Amino acid sequence: MTALSITYVVLFYVAMIILFGGLINKIMLYARVPAPLKIPVTPAPLTKAGVVYRIFYEVVFFNSLFRGSKWTWIFGWMFHLSLLLAFFRHLRYVISPDSFIWPLVNNMVVQSFGHYAGFTMVIGLAGLLARRILVDRVRYISSPSDYLMLLLIMGIGVTGLGIAYVSHTDVVQLKAFIMGLFLFDWQNLPSDNVLLVHLTLVLLLAVIFPISKLLHAPGLFFAPTRNQVDNPREQRHISPWGAELEAKDGRNA
Amino acid sequence: MADYEVPETHEFPIIPSIMEGAMAHSSPFVAGKEFQDDMGFPSPEEPGKLIDGWKEKFLEIMQDKLNKYRSLQVFMDGCVKCGACTDKCHYFIGTSDPKNMPVARQDLLRKVYRRYFTFAGKYFPKLVGAVDLTEDVIKEMYSYYHQCSECRRCAVFCPFGIDTAEVTMAARDILAMIGMGQKYSNQIIPKVHKIGNNLGLPEPALLDTLEGLEEEIEDDTGVKVRFPLDEKGADILLVTPSADFFAEPHVDGLMGYGKVFHAAGVSWTLSSKASEAANFGLFIGNYEHMREISLRIRDAAKELGVKRIVFGECGHAWRVAYNHLNTLAGPWDFLDQNYPIPQHILEFTKDCLDRGILNIDKSENDHMTLTFHDSCNIARASRIGEDPGSQFTTPRQVIQAVCNNYYDMAPETTHDQTFCCGGGGGLLTDDLMELRIKGALPRMEALKNAVSDKGVTHMAAICAICKSQFTKVLPYYGMTMDQIVSVHQLVSNAIVLDGQGEEAEESDDAEETA
Ligand code: HEM
Ligand code: SF4
Ligand code: SF4
Repeated sequence: MTALSITYVVLFYVAMIILFGGLINKIMLYARVPAPLKIPVTPAPLTKAGVVYRIFYEVVFFNSLFRGSKWTWIFGWMFHLSLLLAFFRHLRYVISPDSFIWPLVNNMVVQSFGHYAGFTMVIGLAGLLARRILVDRVRYISSPSDYLMLLLIMGIGVTGLGIAYVSHTDVVQLKAFIMGLFLFDWQNLPSDNVLLVHLTLVLLLAVIFPISKLLHAPGLFFAPTRNQVDNPREQRHISPWGAELEAKDGRNA
Repeated sequence: MADYEVPETHEFPIIPSIMEGAMAHSSPFVAGKEFQDDMGFPSPEEPGKLIDGWKEKFLEIMQDKLNKYRSLQVFMDGCVKCGACTDKCHYFIGTSDPKNMPVARQDLLRKVYRRYFTFAGKYFPKLVGAVDLTEDVIKEMYSYYHQCSECRRCAVFCPFGIDTAEVTMAARDILAMIGMGQKYSNQIIPKVHKIGNNLGLPEPALLDTLEGLEEEIEDDTGVKVRFPLDEKGADILLVTPSADFFAEPHVDGLMGYGKVFHAAGVSWTLSSKASEAANFGLFIGNYEHMREISLRIRDAAKELGVKRIVFGECGHAWRVAYNHLNTLAGPWDFLDQNYPIPQHILEFTKDCLDRGILNIDKSENDHMTLTFHDSCNIARASRIGEDPGSQFTTPRQVIQAVCNNYYDMAPETTHDQTFCCGGGGGLLTDDLMELRIKGALPRMEALKNAVSDKGVTHMAAICAICKSQFTKVLPYYGMTMDQIVSVHQLVSNAIVLDGQGEEAEESDDAEETA
């Protein structure tokens, strides 16, 4: 194996450990910290099923954002949907052709949608970046990291397109490398520059994910303003520390 | 009327360009030692300073809050700076100060969170906009966390439901614990604890006021409507904001509740101990104080042996009652489970209207053309009625059941998109008058447009703070303070009591007492 390949094998493992370790850690934190009070933003659903629907609508359509800012919604939704489609397309690198889900991934629809998603993703990101620069309010709230995050993902998109259109790589060897990571049977990585930049940026994104605003993805599911059922009169809501307080003075007895 | 620069209203809402520092001078009085003591909060050796070791204390309490409130933890991490909330706050629209954009307000705390609680902020502060905790940062927080009325309008539009009000509450509580409590709230809360209401009205004064109301109604209608106080064995305990006892137009609303109870033939009572629906513990973000204030109601209900609890017209009070009374002062197993606990007075009145047991003469309100102001805490933080959104329909149905002329204001300013009156969340104090006038802009603009387009003459509200705030700011926008009315004032006008004799003229000489 080449030194380059060994380096990337190590980097991949480190990045994945940070990504999943960090994410699991954060998600467990969010789950552990109690919500002591009922604070759904109303009108809110009266049932658990209603809450599932509410969150589903937010995740899939960015409903509140749609009401809040049409331009951000257009670009943001375009970017995220493209990201999802691109993600599906990439599954063919990690799924074995013998697997029963292979046909679900390796078909015309997934592959061509995923292909064009590269363009719409970059367009969406460019729109978000333009808004960040041009709208005085959004510029005011932006830190360097906010611009860099957009540039980073744009970089991933552009290099991805570069691989697809300009500087093709040996996809068979690439797949062997990635499958090797799963099977602990390490293989060489093709050494095209564009591919290496693409992979490096992806690893960087993975490392940044659990320590950045990308935590919005899990955070969305944990916001008490959105995930609580509107039933405070019917069902008593009490947190462990609230109950302790009660037990101490007995005034709720 | 003191001189303030009043923002211009427009036919269509305008999002201002940012003007840095436009409201940096706005800051309410800091609570002195006496009030901090009463609240059990520390105060500095020297007034105007912070307590010894304030920085460590700040971070320690912040960590504690992050461990206790999922909202705070998730909201600190989750904001992507998308900007959807930036133009949604009435204080930003009215002042142009970018720190009044909800996300920028959150950022005052988030910058500190990042610096001390996150990897990125510890090692790359400049990159992620993290800052050290300094006295200047504290001053800025004190200023801008008191330019938020905790109205949650921003939370409606945030893709992640980030509620700036939650951040404001947390920040205010932390500030109070390092000696920077707000005078207005910290002066009021001990009065509730000690006397029973925000105004410090003792029982004899209350009795006196209630007798006055009985006389007034009797003079008006010839019918004796009772306003009982501390009557053991009554079915219903009415808990209402203390402004209802004397301020205009609040008191007209209280007379309305009394008439409805009378006409419905139920037995009810007020309590001198729980002679306040307001719960400023919410505003200052303090669970213990909020609980203490709520427990008064439990104690009063037990002592009086009532079966039901009904709340009068007040926004944040209803938020606390509806969402938190069960949590803080429950369980309510000793009350009659056939009724909502607690019940809103509008739910009670609506039910009476639906059952046709009220005799209504709508024409009594014909001299007015009404519109309705959705109070933020009712619209976005609670419910009145049985279905999601019935907090919007119930008051409108009641108004339309007692008035012939009604129009809504522009839809982007009503229901869950309603604009705060500008004085909520613990800001209803004279030392924040400039902020209150400017923050009222979007609501005043929508009202003015309804006045010119639809011929609206009066705006009805169901919140004591909204009513007080509007009586103060309406004149600044070229309207008059009696253009704000209570919803139950309208009910009171229209209701015809059994045995009601000759109609007496309704008095128009509303006096400002708020
Ligand atoms: C559950 C999945 C996710 C949901 C529901 C979600 C939702 C959103 C929403 C509503 C926004 C604000 C609008 C916008 O600026 O686009 C946003 C922003 C953003 N999201 Fe996501 N997201 C998810 C996953 C991801 C993932 C996996 C990534 C990254 C790889 C990501 C990257 C970003 C970035 C960089 C922004 C900020 C865009 C800007 O700077 O304007 N998101 N997300
Ligand atoms: S809660 Fe209301 S006052 Fe506070 S920042 Fe949000 S919109 Fe502004
Ligand atoms: S709308 Fe929500 S995520 Fe977007 S900037 Fe405001 S607080 Fe942050």
